[in-house]
Amino acid sequence: MSRNLTVVIVEEDRDRAMEIVDALQDAQECDVFVIGNSSGLARKIATHAPDIVLIDIDNPTRDMMEELTLASGPLDRPVAMFVSGEAGGLAQAAIEAGVSAYVVDGLSPKRIMPIMDTAIARFRMMRQMRNELAETRRALEERKVIDRAKGLLMKAKGLDEDAAYALLRKTAMDQGRRVADVAEALVTASGLLR
Amino acid sequence: MRSVTIPVAYIPLVDAAPLIIAQEMGFAEAEGIALDLIAAPSWSSVRDMLAFGRVDAAHMLSPVPVAMAMGLGGVATQISAVSVLSVNGNVIGVSRAVEDQLLAGGFDFDFADPVRAAEALSRVRDGPLTFGVPFPFSMHVELLHYWAKATALGADGMEIRTVPPPLMADALAAGDIDAFCVGEPWGSVAVDQGAGALLLPGKAIWRFAPEKVLAVRTGWAETEPDLLGRLMRAVWRAGRWLSSPESRTTAGEILSRRAYLDLSPDVIDRALSGHLTVNGRGEQRRVEQFVEFHAGAATFPWRSQAKWIAFQMGKAYGGNGWPDLDAAASVFRSDLYRCHLGAAVPDIPGASAKLEGAIRHVTPVASARGRLSLQPDMFFDGRIFDPDTPG
Repeated sequence: MSRNLTVVIVEEDRDRAMEIVDALQDAQECDVFVIGNSSGLARKIATHAPDIVLIDIDNPTRDMMEELTLASGPLDRPVAMFVSGEAGGLAQAAIEAGVSAYVVDGLSPKRIMPIMDTAIARFRMMRQMRNELAETRRALEERKVIDRAKGLLMKAKGLDEDAAYALLRKTAMDQGRRVADVAEALVTASGLLR
Repeated sequence: MRSVTIPVAYIPLVDAAPLIIAQEMGFAEAEGIALDLIAAPSWSSVRDMLAFGRVDAAHMLSPVPVAMAMGLGGVATQISAVSVLSVNGNVIGVSRAVEDQLLAGGFDFDFADPVRAAEALSRVRDGPLTFGVPFPFSMHVELLHYWAKATALGADGMEIRTVPPPLMADALAAGDIDAFCVGEPWGSVAVDQGAGALLLPGKAIWRFAPEKVLAVRTGWAETEPDLLGRLMRAVWRAGRWLSSPESRTTAGEILSRRAYLDLSPDVIDRALSGHLTVNGRGEQRRVEQFVEFHAGAATFPWRSQAKWIAFQMGKAYGGNGWPDLDAAASVFRSDLYRCHLGAAVPDIPGASAKLEGAIRHVTPVASARGRLSLQPDMFFDGRIFDPDTPG
């Protein structure tokens, strides 16, 4: 039996990082390290001599990872984001799930597979949760702006709440815009006029 | 004509302007296309989105397609640079600590002379200086290397580290880096945040450095020639519009929108006008054509430019005898530029390569209709790069 794979996860959020660590360790014997965002990222990663590095695809510190792939870079075995050959489909799935994986040269796809499958599933779940959260937050924000716009109309034009909303909705339909956008424009404009 | 949407990845920088303007000022619409502009969080992400087909075109650092052709970096899809989006536009700056030392030594921050700046820096340093750059394959790195090697700084006097520009101010404050080379608006942002002072415009090192390119998958260029032509024409016209002084205010306002750079138009205008604020005391320096989107055939992808880039990267990563510089240089597609812009553009250079660094004054050159002048393209040390005998 060959030695455990070493995995480094680059993630600033501790809770998120721990979730990934737990999932990976449940799936396979491996040594997992977590590193936050920092300006010496590539060298910090190199001290763990990882076989696989996982990082959120939207993390801006990803560009620091590129230093790992250089011949003059900090790792003996250059890291490549696996993209072709047997692991090609896996790479596509990873990107869709929102995780980018860097794998050292020469590691067989068979050994990467269980780790990647778990990471992909976990990132996909986290991405979904994040999207839902963002969506809820946005809906709440819009609700607030619409309420303020209604209030402004009720005060300025002596309308009741239903009539104020009806006016917002009609204006939105006439202009081919969303009610929330019309409401936001009204709130901004009234702020300027105050 | 039914409009076709082309997804395009970009990084929110001043030099993404030709793409943003092509969409916002109707140049894309006039070609029957719409650009779905997708802001990316990192250059790796731009490259991956293009390589894996999430987008069909991208705002890319000029050395990235060359590096990919040389097998450097993580991804090896064939990418073509079909035109140059912008020439110059970078700044080199130093941390407050280094600024104070330079001032104490009597340095006047002329923002012009790379030799004097290097001498001043080499007097104050204590060991190598660490420079932050946005990406390992970038004009930023190449300009810094070129500058260090030819001055008192010396190749050993400089270490280069990748730091995403949004983290640059923190890295300076923490002492992780002593200096930086970034594209605007990040230099001005560093000054406004009190993180550093500007030392030189990138242009002071190479007067005509191709900074960003319009990149597409080579396969896409072959299967979608019609769309590519429309995209290239729209972007070329946006560059011409941007080069007119009357466009500046409008351009700054559009770029400043939340969907794009989300930054005050005043900060963006510094790069567009070439009036840069170089330190926390509000001192200003003027740079003619700080960033160029059009003049002097700025958008023409010279093979000799790509070969210069390939030669520099070959020396850094592959020893002296890098096997195939010509193959790497051919990712700058002067052939596709001629093919798709030949009928639309008033004039295109007759040659596809030039002696880089040999033009000292605005110079008329042979072209299809004989109306073209090239801009000065000297290196600060006066060397000339001959693409046929690189060295």
